Amino acid sequence: KSKKTLAKPGVKNIVLVDGVRTPFLQSGTIYADLMPHDLARAALQGLLNRTGLPKDAVDYIVYGTVIQEVKTSNVAREAALGAGFSDKTPAHTVTMACISSNQAMTTAVGLIAAGQCDAVVAGGVEFMSDVPIRHSRRMRKTMLSLNKAKTLGARLSLLGSIRLAHLAPELPAVAEFSTAETMGHSADRLAAAFGVSRLEQDEFALRSHTLAKKAQDSGLLSDVISFKVPGKDIVSKDNGIRPSTMEQMAKLKPAFIKPHGTVTAANSSFLTDGASAVLIMSEEKALAMGYKPKAYLRDFVYVSQDPKDQLLLGPTYATPKVLEKSGLTLNDIDVFEFHEAFAGQIMANLKAMESDWFAQTYMGRKTKVGAPPMEKFNSWGGSLSLGHPFAATGCRLVTTVAHRLQKEGGQYGLVAACAAGGQGHAMVIEAYPQ
Amino acid sequence: IFVFFIISVISCIHSRTHVNYEIKGDVAVIRMNDPSVNTLSVQMQREMTEVMDEVWGNSAVQSVVLISSKPGSFIAGADLNMIQACTTAEEVTLLSQEGQKMFEKIEKSPKPIVAAINGSCLGGGLEFAIACQYRIATKSKKTVLGCPEVMLGLLPGAGGTQRLPKMLGLPSAFDMVLTGRSIRPDKAKKMGLVHQLVDTLGPGLKSPEERTIEYLEEVAVEAARGLAKKQIPLTKEKGLMQKIQDHVMSYPFVRQQIYNTVQKKVMKQTKGLYPAPLKIIECVKAGLEQGPTAGYLAESQNFGKLAMTPESKALIGLYHGQVTCKKNRFGTPEKEVKALAVLGAGLMGAGIAQVSVDKGIHTILKDTTLEGLSRGEQQVYKGLNDKTKKKSITTFERDSFLSNLTGQLDYNGFNKADMVIEAVFEDLSIKHKVLKEVEAVIPPHCIFATNTSALPIKDIAAVSKRPEKVIGMHYFSPVDKMQLLEIITTDKTSKDTTASAVAVGLKQGKVIIVVGDGPGFYTTRCLAPMLAEAVRVLQEGVDPKKLDSLTTGFGFPVGAATLADEVGIDVAAHVAEDLGKAFGSRFGGGNIEFLKSMVDKGFKGRKSGKGCYIYQPGLKRRDVNTEALEILESYKLTPNAAISSDSDIQYRLVSRFVNEAVLCLQEGILANPVEGDIGAVFGLGFPPCLGGPFRFVDSFGADKLVEKMRKFEEVFGNQFTPCQLLLDHAKDPSKKFHK
Repeated sequence: KSKKTLAKPGVKNIVLVDGVRTPFLQSGTIYADLMPHDLARAALQGLLNRTGLPKDAVDYIVYGTVIQEVKTSNVAREAALGAGFSDKTPAHTVTMACISSNQAMTTAVGLIAAGQCDAVVAGGVEFMSDVPIRHSRRMRKTMLSLNKAKTLGARLSLLGSIRLAHLAPELPAVAEFSTAETMGHSADRLAAAFGVSRLEQDEFALRSHTLAKKAQDSGLLSDVISFKVPGKDIVSKDNGIRPSTMEQMAKLKPAFIKPHGTVTAANSSFLTDGASAVLIMSEEKALAMGYKPKAYLRDFVYVSQDPKDQLLLGPTYATPKVLEKSGLTLNDIDVFEFHEAFAGQIMANLKAMESDWFAQTYMGRKTKVGAPPMEKFNSWGGSLSLGHPFAATGCRLVTTVAHRLQKEGGQYGLVAACAAGGQGHAMVIEAYPQ
Repeated sequence: IFVFFIISVISCIHSRTHVNYEIKGDVAVIRMNDPSVNTLSVQMQREMTEVMDEVWGNSAVQSVVLISSKPGSFIAGADLNMIQACTTAEEVTLLSQEGQKMFEKIEKSPKPIVAAINGSCLGGGLEFAIACQYRIATKSKKTVLGCPEVMLGLLPGAGGTQRLPKMLGLPSAFDMVLTGRSIRPDKAKKMGLVHQLVDTLGPGLKSPEERTIEYLEEVAVEAARGLAKKQIPLTKEKGLMQKIQDHVMSYPFVRQQIYNTVQKKVMKQTKGLYPAPLKIIECVKAGLEQGPTAGYLAESQNFGKLAMTPESKALIGLYHGQVTCKKNRFGTPEKEVKALAVLGAGLMGAGIAQVSVDKGIHTILKDTTLEGLSRGEQQVYKGLNDKTKKKSITTFERDSFLSNLTGQLDYNGFNKADMVIEAVFEDLSIKHKVLKEVEAVIPPHCIFATNTSALPIKDIAAVSKRPEKVIGMHYFSPVDKMQLLEIITTDKTSKDTTASAVAVGLKQGKVIIVVGDGPGFYTTRCLAPMLAEAVRVLQEGVDPKKLDSLTTGFGFPVGAATLADEVGIDVAAHVAEDLGKAFGSRFGGGNIEFLKSMVDKGFKGRKSGKGCYIYQPGLKRRDVNTEALEILESYKLTPNAAISSDSDIQYRLVSRFVNEAVLCLQEGILANPVEGDIGAVFGLGFPPCLGGPFRFVDSFGADKLVEKMRKFEEVFGNQFTPCQLLLDHAKDPSKKFHK
């Protein structure tokens, strides 16, 4: 190892005490009738149960979400109140696409590092079973004018102005606002740019599902809490893990670029409902409260690049940057957890990291970053198989690194993720001495 | 029926320089790579024929992909030099027939051929592509498909007029071939011109351009295999609309109706001055009504005929001229202009700002009043927003372009400007005031450009502390539509200043002429005598509508009376007075007092709602302004019957324009006839079918023009005295402005 520890004199050690998540379910399944804050509540309560934390010990709550339910736009606050936290504990919501809960966690780290808080709960929730579908802008305008119309005549004339076309609803799209390109389309282009074949993508997706299944079956996914869904059964397992065969996967038609694209439903992450939460504390406070922390949260970076052609290359840019910051090399890392948005995206990132040409031409580096060795990489499955509730994934990645470090006996772990808007994130995590 | 082409192997084995191929499994990938630009040159055609014969003869090959190795173009078109080198129509017809034969073989190929298109696929290139069995195009911004031949006075002479109507249906085919418009990939897919689209790729393990072509090839090879194995059908199931359209078109009287309508439309737009569109209709008709043999024959013969027309030569001349005027003959400037400041947020100033911000130039737009500034910024916004409606840019691009614009009332930030373009009111004292104010705040390297249509630059520069940095940049209104930029240098303007102004203009997308300083420079100086003559014609009792039809009938896109309204009667009066003072009675003709009376009444042209015509917002129809006619009454002149026929009036107008242009060349205001032609056509709307004043003299005959002028001279005097250079050309018919 290049360094014995990443602890720095005079800098507060910040620890991950524990992390939990609800089972990640394919949207439209068992969670279908809930609301986002219900899932968030479940994760928060689960965290309290798991840690035995007194509710009034929490100084602050930060929660991430991407597609906002308009009724609960500060979902952090609604969930906290519903989960029985003291109404004296402030809560705010952050959003940064698929790295929203990473942002929640690093916000927590910032609050603790600045000496403003000692114990912060961070997390993220995504609920794709119900999304805000709006009236068209024209219709909304008419309806708002209707509120102001004073006379019957004015109201009637407004109603008369409504045309059939105005009734067409506006659906939220998983598309970039700046380029209007859907993420799957961009991923397909990215895969093509790096020459990632359909076969490679299907193989990686199969690997993800196979490893996830193995992890699930051997009880490694201990961050998952059981959740009694009102009116339904108790859920205690992710339901998107489905190892298939290469032959079956090869049958699927491309989902975005037709007819010659390579990204399919089977090698993409699926729409998922789920929530996650972690307890982050200053080391002193954790020890004072009698906790045995799981890991240190160390250096982290955010990066951003061209949202059109490099939308999903965040890990390639963020990984070397965070390693440099912490003074580690790729070889020092024992555990890698990368967010798997699409198999093609992961393969493209791995190829980019292995390319001197890419490093020199686009990253201003002399040599390639180097790709993580596959045996250390997402070995308990990933977003492709476990599911990807956008804003909940970050906490899952960090908790998984902590658990894998404990299980596998490693010292350093690295989390990396891409996000819409051409952004990315990476964080180095150090195992807490056992 | 299957025909094998027996190859008579040419004994000499030479290495091919334009076309090569590689066999990938059972697919032959033919790559076109002309050392310069891919055109259907003699060499390209010969090598292509050889390669195709080899591929057809190779039993291991089941299908073919045709692709270009050039990043920006598939095939840019036929080789114009090849056509220009011909001296007779028969020679050109032969060229056309060779092309037809080659593409017929392609069309009947027993092995399916996929055209993989990235970049421009124009003219002969498009005809090649549509002869192939399947077309795949990239969505690149550079990918455009079209038949621009009509813009060169020609027609698609290698099967285009025959295949397109069958492929797209009559209306779309006519639209494409008669307008010459470029079609973007998504539209091409929608109208059935291409079968499949491929996205452009970003950074990967190779440069995006290189990898995109590679990707296109991979997709095309897969498609070619699919076609050979009949997994991909060649004919697509037609939609309901298509079926209905086909059915309707199967009635001869419906087709006849379409021919008539199109013919009428063409006649209305071209006044019969452009033969190409009419010949195109003829070819399409021959093919559909009398069968392919007659159609292809009509196409090749008409192609030959058109190539010999003066109209085609004029249009090709303009094309070459435009290419020349899109280059910076003054070299690369020492410092690139990255920060621009525009003074005056009026029509011109805002227009200049608009064409700058969307090219990534940071632009300050300064005005003296908040109202003026607000109007100007709105103009820029509207200009860009209209482009989003046409989908040529996205709303995001609009926003990011607008972020380059800073509107303000003070000189804040001018200390970082690389160039200032002033577009304030055309008044020498105001220009002087502005110049002094600006010079007090700008850095030493900053260029001061003045946008004026007539004030001599040296007069404006007279108060400058650094005249070597002062230059004229004469934009034309509306700036975002008019292609021309006339740059005016004084004898003190440095070469680097000129190079920099040209570089900025080119970046703004302009076609540029660089002319010497003098009253009215080149363009205004040519226009003024013609407008003076137009006023005289009006005074002689010719109705504005009649005047307009006489000028448009000669080929001007805008009639003289309408043009005066567009330019502004006040501006015309102003310019006429200024130039009248500078050039004396030679610039006389119509009575300036008439123009002044118009201005006094508030008839300043379109901008004031009234001029020669009455303009009402939302109304397309324009009525003659009867009040203007009343004013004309008091300036009435009696026409001289000997020189007042329609044709005489046309030549009175045109000869003064042309003579002044030639005089500009004689005096050295113009550097060469090419810029003279480009300036007149792109800035003033000189008839494109005549190719500009200089080409007009060449084709019409200087002697004939002088003869006409002498006749007018007898009545009107020195206004029609031919200049020395024109006389020289008249005396010696071998003298030509264009070789």
